[in-house]
Amino acid sequence: MPRRALLALALPLLGLGAWAFATSVGGVKVYQLASPADVVRELGTLAANGQLWANLAASIERVALGFACAFAVALGLGTAVGLSPRVEAALDPTLQALRAVPSLAWVPLLLLWLGIGEDAKIVLIAIGAFFPIYVNLVAGIRGVDRKLVEVAEIFGIRGFDLARRVVVPAALPALLVGARIGLTQAWLFLVAAELLASTRGLGYMLTEGQQISRTDEILTAILLLALCGKLSESAMRVLERRLLRWTDGLPV
Amino acid sequence: MKPAIAVEGVSKSFGVRAVFENFDLAVERGETVALLGASGCGKSTLLRCVAGLVRPESGRIAVEGEIGLVFQEPRLMPWLSVERNVAFAARGEVERARVKDVIDLVGLSNAAHVLPKALSGGMAQRAALARSLIRSPKVLLLDEPLSSLDALLRLELQTAIAAIVRETGCTALLVTHDVDEALYLADRIVVLEGTPARATLEVTVAPGARRSRYADLTNERIALLRALGVDLQRVAGGLPGQLVRLHGT
Repeated sequence: MPRRALLALALPLLGLGAWAFATSVGGVKVYQLASPADVVRELGTLAANGQLWANLAASIERVALGFACAFAVALGLGTAVGLSPRVEAALDPTLQALRAVPSLAWVPLLLLWLGIGEDAKIVLIAIGAFFPIYVNLVAGIRGVDRKLVEVAEIFGIRGFDLARRVVVPAALPALLVGARIGLTQAWLFLVAAELLASTRGLGYMLTEGQQISRTDEILTAILLLALCGKLSESAMRVLERRLLRWTDGLPV
Repeated sequence: MKPAIAVEGVSKSFGVRAVFENFDLAVERGETVALLGASGCGKSTLLRCVAGLVRPESGRIAVEGEIGLVFQEPRLMPWLSVERNVAFAARGEVERARVKDVIDLVGLSNAAHVLPKALSGGMAQRAALARSLIRSPKVLLLDEPLSSLDALLRLELQTAIAAIVRETGCTALLVTHDVDEALYLADRIVVLEGTPARATLEVTVAPGARRSRYADLTNERIALLRALGVDLQRVAGGLPGQLVRLHGT
């Protein structure tokens, strides 16, 4: 195994050891902290009775939908703001003000407007994921080499075509960084949304575990969240590497 | 006959500095004209006015037909292969079908699928040249296209440009600070100097001597160097025949 991988695994393994020690010899009670074995058992039970997959699927679906909405809106608004000083003057101050609102402050309003169904959750996730994508895309477009835009100008390529063929591809490195951060935010807001009101999902597992004092269920959910977050982040990095082969340096 | 490029009474200033005042230039169809001058003399600004990238304050500029422009830097889209960069400006099937031909013409057929980051400076500039030719321009504008290349590559690309201009029959306007490049490529050389810039000397290269590197153009060369303000007593040790190059003064 390469050295880096070994090093990366050292800390989790150490943590696992400490955890196992605390719950067996250390005398920590199971309602305070379940043992690793308990968590594995719980994972097996949930997988067998299908709840694991149902919860996982519900959460992944919400994140995917919320993120997709955020990406689409951020791509449209970010491009318009980045390209047109007039649109920027009209939109950006408002968006920056909205960005300053802690996103969880929207929760009461969303619940009143959209109820406790899926819509409110997806909108909350989208709000969380939107801003990193938007901010990075706008910064990326600002940094686009003016000389490349001039080439398009010479050929009479303007407006939407200019955005599609020059500006957005040139800002792609920044857009992808924004998307990666946005995806992490989406998982963050998923938990917030599911903690409030839900009957399925990883966040629901957390609340349920708390209500019935099942630390094994809570830890299982945390473990799954760590896994999902890490996997989606890695997937984004792979995507970046594939899409940004043309850049000189390594992607950020 | 109407000239292919007509610049009439053009004025342009940046802030208080007048780059041109009431400037005239006519380039005949099929002619290659070099604008020669030191850095900052306004020659690139004039070319950018002709290209439509800079709007003059007054005067009239008329250009016949489609324009092809090559900048000092290749300015390729880094995310597109050479082939796609060349196809970037293609409109419709006819122009798209020309992509392979122009890539052949500039001698890049072996690198058609390569990304710009893998190209050498000379190859990248060849790709830029191919891109400028995709719409079959009648007028080719060359803004110091070779000044970022090393000496050998420069000679090689000068030859390529001469061949392309000959084969396509384009009218060409070349901006350069290199006397030998101007003498090799141009039918007529206009020296620009002063603020606002004026044409201080115009040299016509005899058709017989044109496009031969070994033509004895000593008199023309000396006249051009003088017009550029070069003190021949101090730098002319290598003249004639040696390449004398004026890096921005």
